[in-house]
Formats: sequence, structure tokens, C-alpha cells
Amino acid sequence: MARRSTPEVNAGSMADIAFLLLIFFLVTTTIEKDKGIARQLPPIEPPTEKPPIIKEKNLFIVNVNKEDQLLVEEKLMDIKNLRQAAIDFLDNGGAISGSPEYCSYCKGSRDKASSDNPGKAVISVQNDRLTSYSMYITVQNELVAAYNFLRNRESQRKFGWKFTDIKAGIASGDIDEDDADKYKPKLEEIQELFPLLLSEAEPKKSGS
Amino acid sequence: MSKFKNKKGGELPAVNTASLPDIVFMLLFFFMVVTVLRKNDLLVKNELPKADQIEKLQKDVAVFVYAGKPSARYESQYGTEGKIQIGDKYTDIKNLKPVLEEKRQALPPILQSKIMVALKVDKETNTGIVTDIKQTLRELNMLKIIYITAPGSELEN
Repeated sequence: MARRSTPEVNAGSMADIAFLLLIFFLVTTTIEKDKGIARQLPPIEPPTEKPPIIKEKNLFIVNVNKEDQLLVEEKLMDIKNLRQAAIDFLDNGGAISGSPEYCSYCKGSRDKASSDNPGKAVISVQNDRLTSYSMYITVQNELVAAYNFLRNRESQRKFGWKFTDIKAGIASGDIDEDDADKYKPKLEEIQELFPLLLSEAEPKKSGS
Repeated sequence: MSKFKNKKGGELPAVNTASLPDIVFMLLFFFMVVTVLRKNDLLVKNELPKADQIEKLQKDVAVFVYAGKPSARYESQYGTEGKIQIGDKYTDIKNLKPVLEEKRQALPPILQSKIMVALKVDKETNTGIVTDIKQTLRELNMLKIIYITAPGSELEN
């Protein structure tokens, strides 16, 4: 019996089918770009506990009103200058040399009227309920930038790499797990040098 | 005289399209891989503010909360006051707690303690609504949040 060869499948319409699928996926695609500013909220404290007392010189108060104007340490400030002002405050290291609070790695002006050391310096943000969200994010972003700047400086000095680069590398998986475990204690060490002490006061009612 | 005349005339030969399906398939696979099908329809305006000090979001533990004023086609129905959206419907601030609790229960048990709330808030919203959400989250003990932003310089906001 003669073997009949199987007829070839006509692939002419393959392109059409592929085009159809392609167009479907083109239309439905949203390339995800979810990135943002991560933040840890403070847990609710039991009402019996007294809030810790913070010296006024260790407190950096940022106030945003409903017109999106910025009041930093009771002075009007442009948003462009906020980052530098926060860096100056955190990096001040006002405690006198020899005292247990002395900050050996600070490079600030060592002004006695400003913060003792970065472990004590607290930035407090207060905003109005009618402040726009974009202003709120801008302020948060600037303050995080101030911390990142100082952390990068210290990690650069101690280990020769940038804090933010390594952290992003671990998060994205570019650094494999064995290396990540090696980096983690160092990251924590840097975080301890400049702990993120950002407090948010309950916002005031509008107009007050 | 006409001995050397081209018999086929001046017609161009047809372009060979045999490799066209391959090219299209390549594009198709690219888009199939990068596609994330939208889970929920946006009912609120959602133009994110810009920031540059950003971290990546871990998607497996994230719960999305949207806020902003209702989008243009819902404006006549719901007004222009800022609203919160979870999943694909509006949620009142009073209902936020049970809805978020439900979302937490929907996660696999090992991840429940790592839950992260991703706030996608329109840049023209008032911070009051964000504060209300954050207060609720504190009461629920969901303390990890991330403000989703668009890439860009914060000074352009």
C-alpha cells in the first residue's frame, strides 16, 4: 500500500491569529510601575503610657498649612531648602566631645542649640487636613532624602558602597541571597547611626 | 530589438513575508510576559504625585487602597468629595475596617503578618482622608504602608 504523505498544514493565517493576540495584549497591557515611599506607622500606645519627653533642641518641627506653605522651626521656608535644613539638623551633633551622647561621625556645625546626635534628633511633621497630598508627599520625600543622603555618606565612608544602592539591589534580587545576608548587618549598622525618627502629629482641624 | 527586453516587465518582485509571523510572535510573547491584567476598575481620579526617594513594592503582600475624587463619569452621581476605593467599589471610612480585615484574611496565613498597604492617592486630594486611613490602619495593626508615587522629581509637583 502506497504511503500517502500527510498534506502540509496551511500556515498562511498564522500571522493573522498572532496579530489578533498581539493587539489584545497590547491593549490590555499596563506596564506596572508600582514604587513608592515605604513607611512604618507607629502602633497605638496604651493611654496610660506617657509619651517620652523630647528636648526642644532635638525636635525639628515642619509645619504645612492648608495653603501648602512650609513653616520650618517657625520660619517660612521654600521646599527646595528643606532637604538641606533637615540634613543640617540631623548631622549637627551638638553634644560636647567626651559626653556619652557625643556623635563622632557627625560633620555638622556642632551648634549647641540644635540636635545632640542623630539618635536623638526627631523630625516632627504636622499638616493641616486640607494640605494637598502632593505637598505632603513632597515633604516626606525631602525628609527621606535627607536621611538617605546621610546614610549613603556613612556607608560610603565605612564600607565603600552606597546604602540606597545595596538596599535596592537586595529588594530587586540583583544581589543574591548569600551576599544579601552579608550586607544585612552592615545595613542595620548604618540604620542605627541615622535612625529614621519621623513623627507625625495628629493633623489639626482646618483653619486653626 | 526586443530581444533583450525583460520578459517580466518592470514589476517589482513580491516582498517575502514568510518571517512576518515570527516577528509578530516575538512581539506577542513580549507583551504576554509583561502584561498584568487589571484587577479593579478605577472609580476615582488617580494621578499620583511624583517622588524620587522610592522603594519597590512587594506585590504578593500588598493590599491596594485608592483614594481621590470620583472620576469624571461618576462625578454627577457621587459629587467631587474625596472617596476611598478598595477592590472595585467605594468604601466608606466607617466600613474600612471590616473590608481591610477581609483583605488580610484573604492572604495566605504565612504572609498575613507581613501585609503591606499600598496607598494610591490622587495628588489633589486633601491629606485629611489619608490621615483617616492611616488611623484606621493603626487600629487594625497594619503598620507597614507604602505611598505609591510616580517617578520624577518631587519639585515638579
